Amino acid sequence: MPDNKVLKLEMPGNEVFRLNGAFPRGASRREVMNFLLAAGVSISAAGTFAGTAQAETPRRGGRIRVACNQNSSGESLDPARSFTANDWSRVTMFYNTLTRIDENLTPQLELAEDISSTERATVWNIKLRRDVRFHDGSPLTAADVVYSLQRHKDAAVRSGARVLVEPMVEITETGAHEVRIRLSGPDVGLPSTLGVLNTAIVKAGTTDFRTANGTGPYKCREFEPGVRSIAVRNEEYFKSGKPFLDEIEVIGITDEPARVNALLAGDVHFVALINARSAQRIKSAPNAKLFETQAGAFHSLAISRDHAPGANSDFVLSVKHMLNREQIRRAVYRNYAIMGNDQPVPPSSAFYDPSLPQRPYDLDKARFHLRRSGFANQTLPIFVSPAAANSEEIAQILQQTGREVGVTFNLQRIPADSYWSNTWMKQPIFFGSNSPKASVDISLSFWFHSRSPYNESAFRNERFDALLINARAEADINKRNEMYSEMQRIIHESSGTCIPVFYTFLDAHVSNLKGLRPIPTGSMMGWNYAENIWLEQ
Amino acid sequence: MNTGLFRLVASRIAIAILTLAFVSAAVFIGTEILPGDVAEAVLGQNATPEAVAGLRQVLHLDQPAYIRYFRWLGGLLSGDPGRSLVNDLPVAGLIASRLPNSLILASVTAVVCVPIALVLGITSAIWRGSFYDRAASFLTMSVVAVPEFLIATLLVIVFAVNLRWFPALSFAAGIVSLDQFFRLFALPVFTLSCVMIAQMMRMTRAAVIDTLRSSYVEMAVLKGARPMRVVLTHALPNAIGPIANAVALSLSHLLGGAIIVEIIFNYPGLARLLVDAVSTRDMPLVQACVMIFCLAYLFLVMIADIAGILSNPRLRHR
Repeated sequence: MPDNKVLKLEMPGNEVFRLNGAFPRGASRREVMNFLLAAGVSISAAGTFAGTAQAETPRRGGRIRVACNQNSSGESLDPARSFTANDWSRVTMFYNTLTRIDENLTPQLELAEDISSTERATVWNIKLRRDVRFHDGSPLTAADVVYSLQRHKDAAVRSGARVLVEPMVEITETGAHEVRIRLSGPDVGLPSTLGVLNTAIVKAGTTDFRTANGTGPYKCREFEPGVRSIAVRNEEYFKSGKPFLDEIEVIGITDEPARVNALLAGDVHFVALINARSAQRIKSAPNAKLFETQAGAFHSLAISRDHAPGANSDFVLSVKHMLNREQIRRAVYRNYAIMGNDQPVPPSSAFYDPSLPQRPYDLDKARFHLRRSGFANQTLPIFVSPAAANSEEIAQILQQTGREVGVTFNLQRIPADSYWSNTWMKQPIFFGSNSPKASVDISLSFWFHSRSPYNESAFRNERFDALLINARAEADINKRNEMYSEMQRIIHESSGTCIPVFYTFLDAHVSNLKGLRPIPTGSMMGWNYAENIWLEQ
Repeated sequence: MNTGLFRLVASRIAIAILTLAFVSAAVFIGTEILPGDVAEAVLGQNATPEAVAGLRQVLHLDQPAYIRYFRWLGGLLSGDPGRSLVNDLPVAGLIASRLPNSLILASVTAVVCVPIALVLGITSAIWRGSFYDRAASFLTMSVVAVPEFLIATLLVIVFAVNLRWFPALSFAAGIVSLDQFFRLFALPVFTLSCVMIAQMMRMTRAAVIDTLRSSYVEMAVLKGARPMRVVLTHALPNAIGPIANAVALSLSHLLGGAIIVEIIFNYPGLARLLVDAVSTRDMPLVQACVMIFCLAYLFLVMIADIAGILSNPRLRHR
């Protein structure tokens, strides 16, 4: 929060929330509470955040090497086509989004100086900062923003944000630094959408992404897909004082033990996504530290409601009762996970409904529903793959329980490289891998809306779809809360998606790397580490 | 003699070209059979039918296979292997950035392995059945039996993590001093050498023993030639052909078979590029890589054959 910028949500009855600038001035308790309530964040989260905000003073200078978990010649500097950890890292180094999602999942202003809406959150006016320059020296203008958002709609761009940009029916330049977006329907969550990394702003007309010309804290000096990239400090970055490091090299090491060894040997300073099995090794090393992010990511066991056996509600309920969540948490995730309840909103979210009863591991209930479903004593395949991490282990635990209850699960192992295209969402029972999203609305829309292409269990519920649309338009935080509670209940009861646990992202870094705070949109500070970290001497 | 040799080499090259053509077709068919295509692989979890269809059209994947094959083959002959389907960069550029790294790693390993393997192989053939021979055999057999990834991981844990003598990762870029060069290549080369030396040594030993058993060596011994002379002037020249082939076969493994080493030490070589291209169904890249491996293999075997012919008068005059 470098500046006193204001994010306004103009609501019916002229109610205006002021969402920003409170903390640096030394916010009062009331201001903090208003801020967080408006943004939909619990008070307990506020305490921890305000306490750690000014603990250490960053030091300038130094060079680090970061190792992500993937390595592919398909890596890209195009934000729209960023799909891997390496890509996300580079998006936050070289580009900025209009807003930025912070540690409380609240959108903060980034390239936008002001965002306000009219017509019940259907038309949004965005004012841009005037002091921002691209790496080639040209100033940021409305044309760049219009181009950047518009291009996701072009199928040839193959953007990961296409679904998010589709509701933007009109994106127009209303001034040199002003953009107006008209949505197909009201959505109070647009500021969150504009913080999704795929929507980062590129220079108008850019089609060649061999190098990056963004507004971000680092300039691209070298980029070789599948090998490495080197980022050097952007001296003219618009956030004064940032970034702290002189240079960041990003590489990918796919082999997890090799990644951990490289850190312990001192060859790299920050590694992404280590296995829970390696956590103890990191913790006992004198020069390394574990960095945990509880972001609500989960590996789902999806039972398609379109096919047998999932079309039968009793069968789905039976499997949900067969999941020994405690054992999965302990054995598969080594306790680096929290209990799931077959709905995708994690307890850390402001919209989490604690009154929804936890579904227990109950063999009697499982047997009862299985008998009613008519699938007792049958053999059913479950599709697992390394592509959906830990799916095999979870399925093995389920297999054991199945034997006790009276159903045989047959594990079908599929290689990672063809899993998403040939198996995922094409079989009756399979595993998915779900990374955190910038807001509850985006996750629910992605995974559970009837028409979403990512609706794993083919879950169709009209009431749910209507609630989702209405919640987008609802400015009253309490009413939204009620709607989200009901949606969680509907998913918990009738979707075919089993969510045994929410697992913790584990990264590791050398002890003198500072400035890391978990941001629950991904590991490595929601990939936004580049402008926040520094090296202590 | 010279025209005969020329004809021999020319016919070998012609066979190599035919083999390459055959390989190109085989690889093309192989990649067609692979489940999934680049459109689905690129989009991953984002692969909606609409997005896949759009991407397939952009990438010309909707055209029949034979048209794509001949278009690619034509490009290859004119020196342009096309563009990567995944990131739209020229395949030639992607390979140009990796090939030198693979060649350096292969050459360094060859320089280390070949002399050691030859000396070990020849000496254990001469003193076959001795304690030295049995010890060398035992050692090489046990090294061959250990998988490369285990050797590499153990080396990293001992020499990089615990002792910190060498880095755990090997980057080919930015080497400025000989010391640095040695440190970076020590562990990968050691890993590769373990298997290489064992293989080459076994094959060399067998080839030399074979010639030592032949009648002309027996004749030399009967004539009273000293053991050293028997080996150096009578046996070895006749063993050069098989030895050269043994070396070529082992070395051809270095370019494409170094995948484990490239992954564990994060070495940006050609093998990793190929594996990557296969997993993303990036056909132009897969085919170009495989063609290079095939070319290297044919080239090495051809050199070995020519070396055998030159060293052996009987073959030369046939």
